[in-house]
Formats: sequence, structure tokens, C-alpha cells
Amino acid sequence: MNIKDVENLAELAKLELSPEEKESLLHDMEGILSYVKQIEEVEVGDIKPSNTYHNVWREDELEPRAFSKDSIIEQFPDSQDGFLKVKKIL
Amino acid sequence: MIDLKNLTIEKAHEDLKAGKYTCVELAEAYLENIEKKNSEINAYLEVFDDVKKQAEEAQKKFQDGSATMMTGIPVAIKDNILYEGHIASAGSKILENYKASYDATVIRDLKASGAVFLGRTNMDEFAMGSSTQTSAYGVTKNPLDIERVPGGSSGGSAAALAADMTLAAIGTETCGSVREPAAFCGLVGLKPTYGAVSRQGIIAMGNSLDQVSPFGKCVEDTKILFDILSRYDAEDSTSVPDSLRGTSPRKHLGDKGVSLGRCKIGVPWHLFADGVDTSIQENFKQSLEKLKELGYEIVDVELPHAKYSLAVYYIIMPAEVSTNLSRFDGIRYGYSAAADSLSQVYKKSRGTGFGAEARRRILLGTYVLSHGYYDAYYNKAIKVREKIKEEVLKVFEEVDYILTPTVPMLPFKLGEKMDDPVAMYLCDIFSAPANLSGVPSIALPSGKSPEGLPFSIQFMAPHFCEDSLFEVGKKFETLC
Repeated sequence: MNIKDVENLAELAKLELSPEEKESLLHDMEGILSYVKQIEEVEVGDIKPSNTYHNVWREDELEPRAFSKDSIIEQFPDSQDGFLKVKKIL
Repeated sequence: MIDLKNLTIEKAHEDLKAGKYTCVELAEAYLENIEKKNSEINAYLEVFDDVKKQAEEAQKKFQDGSATMMTGIPVAIKDNILYEGHIASAGSKILENYKASYDATVIRDLKASGAVFLGRTNMDEFAMGSSTQTSAYGVTKNPLDIERVPGGSSGGSAAALAADMTLAAIGTETCGSVREPAAFCGLVGLKPTYGAVSRQGIIAMGNSLDQVSPFGKCVEDTKILFDILSRYDAEDSTSVPDSLRGTSPRKHLGDKGVSLGRCKIGVPWHLFADGVDTSIQENFKQSLEKLKELGYEIVDVELPHAKYSLAVYYIIMPAEVSTNLSRFDGIRYGYSAAADSLSQVYKKSRGTGFGAEARRRILLGTYVLSHGYYDAYYNKAIKVREKIKEEVLKVFEEVDYILTPTVPMLPFKLGEKMDDPVAMYLCDIFSAPANLSGVPSIALPSGKSPEGLPFSIQFMAPHFCEDSLFEVGKKFETLC
């Protein structure tokens, strides 16, 4: 891994990083990755997750919820006429 | 004067019933302690302004006869649990002003029982850490020795309980975040079976691992909280329906997983042959002697893949973190930085809103999930996780419990391990197998070091066998 990789990951994750932090993250990532790399040596064969699946979806019917539209709009950093306001996209 | 130090939930309930003091007087006694101690310990980020009103409501229940065990009991809640109308910041600057628009299911259940919420407690940012030092709101100190960390990530809840700033405390675990601070603060901490307690309204870190987890000054207090919180919740897609609970892999176990015959405890010695403080090893051996005195049979067990648990965890968790934390974008709620373009709003809001550990884990998660590395890291990790789970469940065909130390070290000094992420991560080396395999685990105080720092051991049991953890815990605490 090199500093370009860190920059690329930060771009994908939409994180603004200072040059110093990029350096220190590169160092941390190398340390952590060399620790987690030990799983390479494990022979897992064709093991498959033993999960049993259950349908957890409810019917698509209106159910009362504790929160209101207003309580959600209140949290918007920027809004206009009850709509969420964002910077120009195109 | 109420003797808060020796107060338990059960004792407080008896006293409230007998009218020795009122719910308001009890709450005020704790508020007074908070007033005295919190500026130094920093366990609470906020003390709610309606405590007295809540306590008055609870008192009414004693008058009309509808009071139950938790009525009027003061509770501290971790800052990542939504409580309607109150800030839930998850210890992060990015949620500094975020007000919960609904109650988490656990809050709803505690409210219904008449519990009194004292305040929200400090935590590592987004529950990422083992020492409550990554919070955007300063470190929490260990009340047993203020130069040391309280453990984390639920360090605020643990410190509040240990310093008698509350009678009950709720935290959350992803990998040891309740058991480790319980160990460092001399408390009992239970990580329930994955899916036992609802995660609805909990700010997620690693969805396949997170569980709301109670602390207690004794095993019974922990059990009282667990019994209230453990139930199926249709609003949490990973909540386990009643029909699938209580299944036990061993025939000699009764309905609630409590052993009907002589109990066997398996010890995976090979997991802590090295890397564990000598004093921890010694205390562990003494604890085994006590368990033998109590009639338990101790046997060696092998968990050959468990040594990879932490490595697996540090792939799966960041992968889930990078996905979960993508919702904090500076657009819909939380901190939003001013910038010229949409893309810059994202980058600046996230770059300055998240702390260093959160940024580190987001980057790590993005890496292990990225094209070209996905198979080597994430896919491999979920297979090894399966292997670990298989092994743990196989061992439970032979023994009732698996026992290890809770943490490989005593509480360390503030500031330590902050510049070495891997050293910090190793605090949770014994926690990971339970979280990865979804089985319940309880941390129990097991004595004190010569300098007065607490030791702790932890039991794991098969899925939904919390009752057998309480059983062994209650027996063990009589000898400690």
C-alpha cells in the first residue's frame, strides 16, 4: 500500500484528509493489515455459512410509528418548504 | 442518607415498596453524587433535566400498586441509544446536535417499566475503542483509579455505575464493549445472545455483531435488566422470534439452558499461553480453584481457530462500519460543513465530523471491501468466522461453559496505547469469539490486585443460555 492508495480510498469514502493524516493512516493501515493477514493461513475448505433464513418482512401496510415528518425535517441541516435542500448536483 | 454503595436493584425496590424513601429521594441521591463526581470522572455527557419529573411519575406507580422491579430505578444510558427528544451523539462531533426523533425499543421497554433515566454516558466515538479515549467529548476516568481508563467503548456507563452515579447502566457491545469496561471497573457485564435484545434505535457500528448489553453491580442486577430487555421485536429484522429461542444443543440442559447434572467448564488454555499478564494468569488459576470448590468440573478444550477471532473481527467490523457510517453525509442530519459543491460538503463534513479512529476504520473497511481485495479479506473472514462459530458450538456439545480471562491485562493508564491501534485492539482478544459466534457471555469480578485494581473472568454459554450464565455467576460471586 502507498500514499496513492490511501488517497484513492479517502476519495471513495468521501473523507477529506490532511497530508499528515494520510501519512499516519498509511502507517496504521500497514500495521493493521499485517495483523489481520494471518487469516490467509487458515484452510477453510468449502465451508458455507450455516445460517438458516427466515422471512422477516412485514406486509406492506401502513403502521403507526412514533416519529413524525416534522421531527425528521427539524434535523435537516438545510431545508426549504419542508424539502431537504442540497447543493446543485448537475 | 441512602447507602448507595451497597444498594442493588432488588434492595432499592424493597425499600421503595416499604416507603423507606421515595423514587424522587433515590434519584436525588444519585444526582447529588453526579454533581460531586462527574466533573472529574466525565462519565455523563448530559444529565437530563426531567429526572425529578420521571421519578415523580414512578412514585405514582408505587402509590397505585402498579410498580414493578425497575420502577423508580435510576438508569444511565450510553450515548448511542435513541431517547426521543434528547441528543444522541454516539460520542461523535458529527452528531453533536442530533436529537433522537423516536425511542429505541430498549428505551420504550424501560420507560414502560417506570425506570428513571438519569442521563447519557460517554463512549468511544461510534463505540470504536476499548478505553473511552476516542470520544469527541473528552476521556472518561476510571473511578477506581482516576489515572487509568475505565475500558470501553461503554466506559461512561461503567464509570457511572462504579462511582455510584447510577444504580443501573446500559451499554452496547460489538466486541467486548461492555465486558471489558465491566472488567476494568469491577462490575458484572453481560453480552446477550445476538438477536436476544432489540437493536432498533441503536446507532449501529457492526450490525452482525452489535448487542445492547447491561452492566450490574451484581449478577442479579444484570439479570433483572436482561429479563426486561430480552424479547422479540418486529422492528428489528435480526431479532430472534420466540419460537426460535431457548434451543439448547445439549440434552441434559433444561428449558432455560440450566444444567441438570454436574456442570462442566471448558478452558481453552492454548488461547492464553502467552500475551496475558502474569497477575491475570494467577488470578485465573485461583478462580478455577474456587469453581472446583463449588463443584464444577474443569476440563481442557481446544478451539484451534479462535486465535484468529480478532483478525477476523478487524476485517468484518470495519467493513460494516464503512457501510454504516456512509449515512453520515452532512446532508440529512448531523454536522454539515459549508462548501461550494455537493462533493465538498460530503468530504468536509465527514473529514472534520468524524474523529481519527472512525476515519481509520472507514478507510480500512473501504479497503477490505474494494475490488481486488474483497475475496482475500472480507470473504475469507466470513468463512473463518463460520469456522470459529462451528468450533465453539461443537465444544458446547461437551461442556456447559467456556471460561477465559475477560481481558489480558489490568486497566491501563490514560493515554496509553493511543498511538498503536493494534495494541489497543488486543484488549478485546478474548471478547471476539462470543461476538463472532453470537453466543452470550458474562464478565464477573474475580478479586483485586495488590494495588486494588479489579480482575475479571468471563464465561460463554450456548445461544440463549443466559440463565446458565446467571446461575454460575451467582454461585461464583458468593466466593469473591
